[in-house]
Amino acid sequence: MNIGIIVFPGSNCDRDCAHVVSEVMGQSAHLIWHQGRSVQGMDAIILPGGFSYGDYLRTGSIARFSPIMEAVIEFANQGGLVLGICNGFQILLEAGLLPGAMLRNTGLSFICEDTYVRVENADTPFTNKCEAGQIIKLPIAHAEGNYYTDPVTLSALQANAQIVFRYCDTEGNATILSNPNGSIDNIAGIRNAKGNVLGLMPHPERCAEVIFNNQNGYLIFESMLTSLIEHPPLPV
Amino acid sequence: MKAKIYITLKDGIHDPQGQAVQQSLHTLGFDSVQEVRMGKFLEVDLQDVEKESAEATIKSMCQKLLANMVIEDFRYEIVET
Repeated sequence: MNIGIIVFPGSNCDRDCAHVVSEVMGQSAHLIWHQGRSVQGMDAIILPGGFSYGDYLRTGSIARFSPIMEAVIEFANQGGLVLGICNGFQILLEAGLLPGAMLRNTGLSFICEDTYVRVENADTPFTNKCEAGQIIKLPIAHAEGNYYTDPVTLSALQANAQIVFRYCDTEGNATILSNPNGSIDNIAGIRNAKGNVLGLMPHPERCAEVIFNNQNGYLIFESMLTSLIEHPPLPV
Repeated sequence: MKAKIYITLKDGIHDPQGQAVQQSLHTLGFDSVQEVRMGKFLEVDLQDVEKESAEATIKSMCQKLLANMVIEDFRYEIVET
């Protein structure tokens, strides 16, 4: 499979993602510079973490208008798998591919730590290798991961099983104490209504192989691969 | 012509930065401070435009890029220079 990883000025997890795709998944990773205009030939797209455009104005707000984003939006609208990690999630929100917006973390700190998340929906192309309710450990590293959306949109997310990951404790309880950044409803990751776009704040690419002593992150990459094999995308 | 653009968080949106500044002001003894809300201020120079079309342009740039309408409101003043 060909996995395109978009590189914005300030992306800093692009190579980590490429490493996981090529060395752990055994697939072809293609780093695509944000000034490009095509994602032709790609089977899935990853928007990696980092600080695109130095987080100027709002996180993801300027990257969202990079030339490549038109092609990414079209790819998503045609049903292609798009995974946004951390800053990639923020870009997906700004691009309108996912609903809502990010606010500063409640505690104002940049938080870099392991968190536990509960898999709320294991029936997605990004979580089919997880079990519903499974608790997985994934690291976060962000200052603006305090997910917000209006009550109507939140109800829709809840009703359509679009909340894919919630921050929880080691027992799986999603409480205020297990919420690192103030996200509404402990949201750590959501998908779009169609199900082909996922955004999450934690970094699965940072815990996807044996050497890290935590391979939980690989569940997401493995799920994508399984989905791509079972439902091969039509050539774009 | 110059546009002065103010971008603020919508009412009811939690503003941790404003809250931190508010606490700091209280620590300094500014007890009359009720609430602090933080926002952004931008000055945009415009060339060769009429005031009316400048307004439409400013609105459009706020809605598309400068403000995130999910969490923010904007207002602006246009000043002849």
